[in-house]
Amino acid sequence: MDHLPTLVSEARDAIQAAHDVPALEELRVRYLGKKGEVTALLKGLGKLSAEERPAAGERINQAKQTLASEIDARRQQLENAALNERLAAERIDVTLPGRSRAEGGLHPVTRTLERIEGLFTRIGYDVAVGPEIEDDYHNFEALNIPAHHPARGMADTFYFDATRLLRTHTSPVQVRTMKNSELPLRIVCPGRVYRSDSDLTHTPMFHQVEGLLVDEGVSFADLKGTIEDFLQAFFERDDLSVRFRPSYFPFTEPSAEVDIQCVMCSGKGCRVCSHSGWLEVMGCGMVHPEVFRHSGIDTERYTGFAFGMGAERLAMLRYGVNDLRLFFENDLRFLRQFA
Amino acid sequence: MKFSEQWLREWVSPQLSTQAMADQITMAGLEVDAVEAVAASFSGVVVAEVLTKEKHPDADKLNVCTVNDGSDEPVQVVCGAANVDIGQKIPFAQVGGVLPGDFKIKKAKLRGVESRGMICSASELGLEEETSPGILVLPESAPVGVDFREFMHLDDMTIEVDLTPNRGDCLSIKGLAREVGVLNRLAVIEPAIEPVAAEIEDTLAVNIEAPEKCPRYVGRVIKGVDVKAETPLWMVERLRRSGVRSIDPVVDITNYVMLELGQPLHAFDRDNLSGNIIVRLAQNGEQLTLLDGQKVALRPETLVIADQAGPLAMAGIMGGENSGVSESTETIFLESAFFTPLAIAGQARSYGLHTDASHRFERGVDPELASSAIERATRLLIDICGGQAGPLAECKSDAHMPAPSTILLREARLESALSKKLASDDVTDILERLGLDVTQQAEGWLIVAPSWRFDVAIEEDLIEEIARIHGYNNLPVRRPAARLALRSADEGTLTQAQLRRQMVARGFQEAVTYSFVAPELQAALLPDAVSPVLANPISADLSVMRASLFPGLVRAMEHNLNRQQTRVRLFETGLVFNGELDQLSQVPMLGALACGSRETEGWSSSKERIDFYDLKGDLESLLGLGGNLEAWRFEPAEHPALHPSQSAEILFNGEHAGWIGTLHPQVRATLGLKVDAVLFEVRLDTLSQGKIPAFEALSRYPEVRRDLAFIVKDEVPVQALLDCAREKAGDYLKDIKLFDVYAGKGVAEAHKSIALGLTWQHPSRTLNDEEINQLVDNIVTQVRVQLEAELRG
Repeated sequence: MDHLPTLVSEARDAIQAAHDVPALEELRVRYLGKKGEVTALLKGLGKLSAEERPAAGERINQAKQTLASEIDARRQQLENAALNERLAAERIDVTLPGRSRAEGGLHPVTRTLERIEGLFTRIGYDVAVGPEIEDDYHNFEALNIPAHHPARGMADTFYFDATRLLRTHTSPVQVRTMKNSELPLRIVCPGRVYRSDSDLTHTPMFHQVEGLLVDEGVSFADLKGTIEDFLQAFFERDDLSVRFRPSYFPFTEPSAEVDIQCVMCSGKGCRVCSHSGWLEVMGCGMVHPEVFRHSGIDTERYTGFAFGMGAERLAMLRYGVNDLRLFFENDLRFLRQFA
Repeated sequence: MKFSEQWLREWVSPQLSTQAMADQITMAGLEVDAVEAVAASFSGVVVAEVLTKEKHPDADKLNVCTVNDGSDEPVQVVCGAANVDIGQKIPFAQVGGVLPGDFKIKKAKLRGVESRGMICSASELGLEEETSPGILVLPESAPVGVDFREFMHLDDMTIEVDLTPNRGDCLSIKGLAREVGVLNRLAVIEPAIEPVAAEIEDTLAVNIEAPEKCPRYVGRVIKGVDVKAETPLWMVERLRRSGVRSIDPVVDITNYVMLELGQPLHAFDRDNLSGNIIVRLAQNGEQLTLLDGQKVALRPETLVIADQAGPLAMAGIMGGENSGVSESTETIFLESAFFTPLAIAGQARSYGLHTDASHRFERGVDPELASSAIERATRLLIDICGGQAGPLAECKSDAHMPAPSTILLREARLESALSKKLASDDVTDILERLGLDVTQQAEGWLIVAPSWRFDVAIEEDLIEEIARIHGYNNLPVRRPAARLALRSADEGTLTQAQLRRQMVARGFQEAVTYSFVAPELQAALLPDAVSPVLANPISADLSVMRASLFPGLVRAMEHNLNRQQTRVRLFETGLVFNGELDQLSQVPMLGALACGSRETEGWSSSKERIDFYDLKGDLESLLGLGGNLEAWRFEPAEHPALHPSQSAEILFNGEHAGWIGTLHPQVRATLGLKVDAVLFEVRLDTLSQGKIPAFEALSRYPEVRRDLAFIVKDEVPVQALLDCAREKAGDYLKDIKLFDVYAGKGVAEAHKSIALGLTWQHPSRTLNDEEINQLVDNIVTQVRVQLEAELRG
């Protein structure tokens, strides 16, 4: 019994000196196991007198508990250290790029068309599309551009034969939609259009979005409001100045060209706006009664407006592209900039 | 149209700066393209008179002159121009003056003789682009000592307006002045045009055979004209400032009157005309040599001016060479006619011509202008070239003259169209100043359109005129009111945007290629394709409509390969065109192309090159978007652009929907492409057909899985094996996984091993071994019978 303190002290030293869990386990067996030294002391209690027994028992049990909790604490310590070591060994370089495949991207024209469509569909316009090889009737006649009209010279047309051609605008879609739809009507018509023109600032194919709204009581003020809202939303500038200049399109009356304050120089004058501070961005007007008549729409009851814009032009202004031809070269170094 | 600001201001002169007036015109719909000074800046140039002229003692080509420049003493100057002469009035640059190009005039010695200034040519003063052959000689009346810029009124601007085709009435000073007058509510001062009394009897009968194309023709003989007379400087200047070069006085005068009033005129050499003037359609086989020397074969729908001998001029477009005025002309027959827009429209263009006259007649020349214009021209001709005028010969068909439009402009309609009530007096004032005949009525205004406004025919035209003059930007702005109707949301349909996004997610860049391609390229890829061919392509390279997206994608790949881009993944959506024009299909497709390495270069990526299965995987991800993958099948089939052993027809619900395959090695060689590429294209209408999910109850009973490996001949497609297995697997088959394909050691030559994992599950009970074993036996038997496949031991 007298050597209990020595035993505990030795055991404690041994526990602290244990370097791994198995060594610790050995100590537990050695001291606290069935044949362990502390257990042996407990077994030896029977040799003591009844008076001595309780106090001695308590001392031994206390020593047993002390050692047991020291062993647990040491085990916890060792396990933590082992975990930390393992975690350290499993270190990876988190700055290495991930193992995913590279993403592609939308063409800037599509990106632009989708934005424009989105702005209009959100307020209740539908998207309408149509054929690109058109006939004279839908591309010209129904839009109040009869044969030999000087306006035919405005759009240099690609022809297949005397009457079939590549549409010069997406207006034929409006004509087809007006014929087949119930009023009121709100549509935007995005798509490819073609004009036989090719130089620094013209490509023989480009994209347009045209819009059409037909309802009762539609006025020029509605057109102005729609266009202003659209341009401010497209360029994300609430203070963008917009002005309307009288112009001429055979299919609208009154007609207007729309200028915005130059988005490159904020109207101060630069190369892009030819130092005028203004950029011409789209055309619009109130639908000409003749166009309604071709679609059988009552011009006394209904009025409407139409507008049209070039997607490449807007994309150039929005993203600062300075060469129109880049849009159709499909150079990956160009396309990737819009991902 | 270019015009001189000063000239316009003689007619109407608002209190506005040049720029303010240009802006005002622009905002009225006559877009000003350019405003430029009519002369470069220079100073120290005065009108002077040549007093003496002597040969330079040491230089043959130089003269020593003295000039009176208004100062006290004559000034000695050395002049190299051959045309300098005593008594001439000339522009004289004094010492200290600065000519265009910052050329400073200093005292100088030329071959020992002192020269104190310079006698200038037109080009030295920036008045002519080409170098002038001699000094500019001024009229005798030019006042000595006066500043030359002041004398020439050079502080003027040329304003160029880009007129829309409906505004033919503004192709003259007269028309522009009318606009400026209305915009500023100012009266326009028209120069008085007095008829020129006939001094001779000579005349030429005019016979109009095509009055619907030429309702009016006015002509006049002018005799004894000196065509060698000089065009006065003021006229040369006005023409120059309007962008018209001086040619000879007769041409100059006709051009001048056209610019001033808008009436194109033509002068014939009377002595080259035989018999009456006939205005008629050309006859088959007739030819005409035009003023520009070009010989054209006339078509029968072309209106001509003819005499007994044949066509003299293409009416309203260009005169003929033989009947035109030449240096020897003494008697002129002057033409001032009204050709209808429809008679001229398209004609000039069809002959590859475009002239100032055709430009105006196509857009509409005031039919009431013919007489006053010819009077104006006669007066100028006689004043400048001398001669005596004969009486006016006029031929007119009242029945064919354009009828003036009578239009009712309703006040209520005007207000609702513009969302603004305009003062009635203002409306009346605007309409009247525009030259419209206005009668106010209870409902609004009854209008008779003036003869020069071919574009005013309906109420909306008047609304536009009011809006335009009032100013578009002074009109109200509002947002359209809409009835908010919900539309059915098409859940089962995939949008193009969704499909595109999926391609982007799979690493493809979207391309946009031209819809017309080079015929050779299309033929190399699709030798049997029939697609429309443009009659007037921009170039042979862009002349045939694409019958597939492949040509454009292949061309785009080539463009990138040539620019050090080795890994190309592109897709495009758009129409393809198949068939002759009369049976044309225009079908929207989605196509893609990939070449180069499977993965982008990186620390963990392999360098393996892409193959058929990579692109098929991309395509399947697209097909799977709609939740409808079972509807799609791939059948081995041949396509001329694709490798015959690595191509498949894509079927949607058993119908043709597209193609996928490796580019044919021979096609590759033909096109000079160095790398392999895999392509597909699929109809967008099939791709967009997804389905709406339909819930199936989850079974609480265990799944049973059996793995079967079969040995089949190489040529047996996996699809056939899957079909067999599915057919015999019973109602409770949940899934078949194809988990291994193997050929090589352990498998007989020309055979392959295909391993399938089949999973069954019953909705309401546990499946027992016996029934599964029975199904497996059925499958094995079926596969053996149909595909000669054996279960792998």
